[in-house]
Amino acid sequence: MTLSKKLAGALALSVLAIAPAAAQYPDHAINLIVPWAAGGGTDATGRIVATLLEKELGQPINVINRTGGGGIVGHTEISYSPPDGYTLGIITTELSMYHWTGVSPLNYENYDALALFNADPEAVYVRTDGPDIDALLDQIRANPGQVKASGANLGGMAHLGWAGVLTTNGIDPAAAPWVPSEGASASLQLLASGAITVVTTTMPDARPMVDAGEVKPLIVAANERVANAPDVPTAEEALGNKWAAYAWRGIAAPKGLPEDVKARLVEALDKVLTSAEFTEFMAQRNFGVDYRDAADFTAFMQDADASIGQALTAVGLAK
Amino acid sequence: MEAFALAAGLVFNFETLLTIFMAAVFGLFVGAIPGLTATMATALLVPITFYMAPIPAIAAIISCTAMAITAGDLPGTLLRIPGTPASAAYVEDSYRLAQKGKAGLAIGIGVVGSVLGGLFGFLFLLFTAPMLAKAALGFSSFEYFWLAALGLSCAALISSGGMIKGALALLLGLFIAQIGMDPLTATPRFTFGNLELMGGISFIPVMIGMFAVSEIMRSGRRAMAEVPQMNLKNPFEGTLGALWKYRKNQVRGSIIGSLLGALPGVGGDLAAWITYSLAKRTSKEPEKFGKGHPEGLVEAGATNNAALSSSWIPAMVFGIPGDAVTAIAVGVLVMKGLDPGPTLMTLHPENFYAVMIVFAIANILMLPLGWVAAKSARWIFEVPRALLNAAILLFCIVGSYSINNSMFGVWLMLGAGMVAYVLEARMIAIAPIILGIVLGPLVETNFTTSMMISDGNLLGFFGRPVAAVFGVVTLLIWGVAIFQTIRGILRKDNNLRSASQFPS
Repeated sequence: MTLSKKLAGALALSVLAIAPAAAQYPDHAINLIVPWAAGGGTDATGRIVATLLEKELGQPINVINRTGGGGIVGHTEISYSPPDGYTLGIITTELSMYHWTGVSPLNYENYDALALFNADPEAVYVRTDGPDIDALLDQIRANPGQVKASGANLGGMAHLGWAGVLTTNGIDPAAAPWVPSEGASASLQLLASGAITVVTTTMPDARPMVDAGEVKPLIVAANERVANAPDVPTAEEALGNKWAAYAWRGIAAPKGLPEDVKARLVEALDKVLTSAEFTEFMAQRNFGVDYRDAADFTAFMQDADASIGQALTAVGLAK
Repeated sequence: MEAFALAAGLVFNFETLLTIFMAAVFGLFVGAIPGLTATMATALLVPITFYMAPIPAIAAIISCTAMAITAGDLPGTLLRIPGTPASAAYVEDSYRLAQKGKAGLAIGIGVVGSVLGGLFGFLFLLFTAPMLAKAALGFSSFEYFWLAALGLSCAALISSGGMIKGALALLLGLFIAQIGMDPLTATPRFTFGNLELMGGISFIPVMIGMFAVSEIMRSGRRAMAEVPQMNLKNPFEGTLGALWKYRKNQVRGSIIGSLLGALPGVGGDLAAWITYSLAKRTSKEPEKFGKGHPEGLVEAGATNNAALSSSWIPAMVFGIPGDAVTAIAVGVLVMKGLDPGPTLMTLHPENFYAVMIVFAIANILMLPLGWVAAKSARWIFEVPRALLNAAILLFCIVGSYSINNSMFGVWLMLGAGMVAYVLEARMIAIAPIILGIVLGPLVETNFTTSMMISDGNLLGFFGRPVAAVFGVVTLLIWGVAIFQTIRGILRKDNNLRSASQFPS
């Protein structure tokens, strides 16, 4: 075979290879931006979604951790990327907060929501020898400023979850000040060492410390009891006032995705997020599955945006 | 004992041993590539562990991490690119040793010292893990603050250019640590509205730039590295002799490493710095430190790996991961149904022991793999320096880019390299800057947290028994150092005066 024949053959082959692929999304690798560090809950869940979605779409999906700025860097990059379906991203609870606190104009309208896959309610923890919820609230009423609470950053979901418990029961959030920390682990350590009195965090984060007998849950800020912890009453059951605060994670694309691409992704995600593999993984890691399709997810974020705005105003962080 | 036998059965089978070996080789490669970190190696391994049985899965993570961290000393020794914050403490000594033609000895001390430190950590933990974990849990921000403050004072000790230049370098490091959003209230500082700066200055690009790029700039015009060749038959020659000579450092480093390593989030990074400066402080020849002296290398290397073993304790016993690597490992543990937490010790002690045995095996594996790596390292000195520099720069760029997947890291690395070049030309050491960047956020976070808890009362730092002891010890050490400095200045003054009174 001469060189020119070889070239012609190669050309023909490559044309054959390209022709059908060009008509159909996706024909090359997809980037999935995770705005939080490798090893965290968002990274872990994002990677499992990527692995399963890869099989479904038949193209590799590169998970990229774009960290920094409390998630702003990654969230911004997702919203700025070309809306061609080759850059997707995991968006998280914090997205509902940026524009309220004035750190970034980003909000849910900068994205084409694809699917919500996880939501975990915040729960209130004290040391195992600590007070029950009524005694705790009485203590806060009697000695404002004495009880310190922690769980994560200032104005994060854990903070708002705690502030909501106080405001729905007629207590000024300043009566039990929030000590910001780098995350649930750091706060639980402060609680176990006896430096503070209360921690609010999600149940998967606190579970090892509960098993260790170091801390106990008092209430969970959820609409109904959590399957994994049926003994823990909801805020409404324990205190009579309804209050729910969920930390959530979903998958989204930059605004302006072509309809056919979006339809393909929504269909693939529907299969992935309802698959046995995914639900099994989430159950093993104690993550709550809350699957909502594109339309429901958009409505969900709309609601979250409004209620978080109220909560941030209550603790004086909204600008 | 029955649990131990069960555990041995879980580990000593073909599948697990093969996994350990392959993960170790993988870790060796990733760790030995400058700029790629143990965290990255672990994160890359996670999707593969999805398809493994529980014990091999966790064994893969452990042996990969342990190997990657030890292998991170290779580029440190050969190219002056430290692999981890901890190895930045002693990179100057190992690099200078290599430049003297003793690369084999430097790697040998690193590897053998790490193995001994790691095995010591293993034995230590086998008996004290639950107690140690419980003790670590009693540490709050008040105790951490004093530990971090004590760590900062190491800067003055490790600086080769004298205390004042060390303090200056430390302040520069603390300033760099300030850039970005403040860790607790997310207030932007020195960011000028720039999104990249809001994410803060990543540690790895700065470290790579300060150590490696500045060295490239210095050696750039030399055609060949004028480095004497090391012993080719046995690259580790002289290692055992050095370890025996400094056996006291080896033991002390291992003990301190095991204890401090158990403190989540602080231990690993801090311990090697503390023991390095301790070695210098107690050495008979402190003037040789930072110029290619094995003593500090022995102690800090042992500390590093002992701390590495015990950093898994809070993660396994309470599910509190101290760093990104253990956080990933906790994720894998949970996913495989080996819930970290006390139940791991009580309900399934065999799993816990299996994890410990994997540690021991991974540590022992370092010996042959490290030997091979050291033996093949010699080609580095046969490459013309100009070509080698080009390759190093390439690795530096890839490494700094990969931290956040952005060009910002690359610019940061180049900028840091130029700053370090100027500073080193003025005899200002780099190590304290790195220490400042590592410890700055720790000191700050724990100070602010403590102040919020104690409503701004500074006496709160002495309000808890352990914190009070730490506080008094730290203040005493500072007091003695200041007293000695002042006495030294006064004496110099007197000498000058007496000299001027009696002109010769």
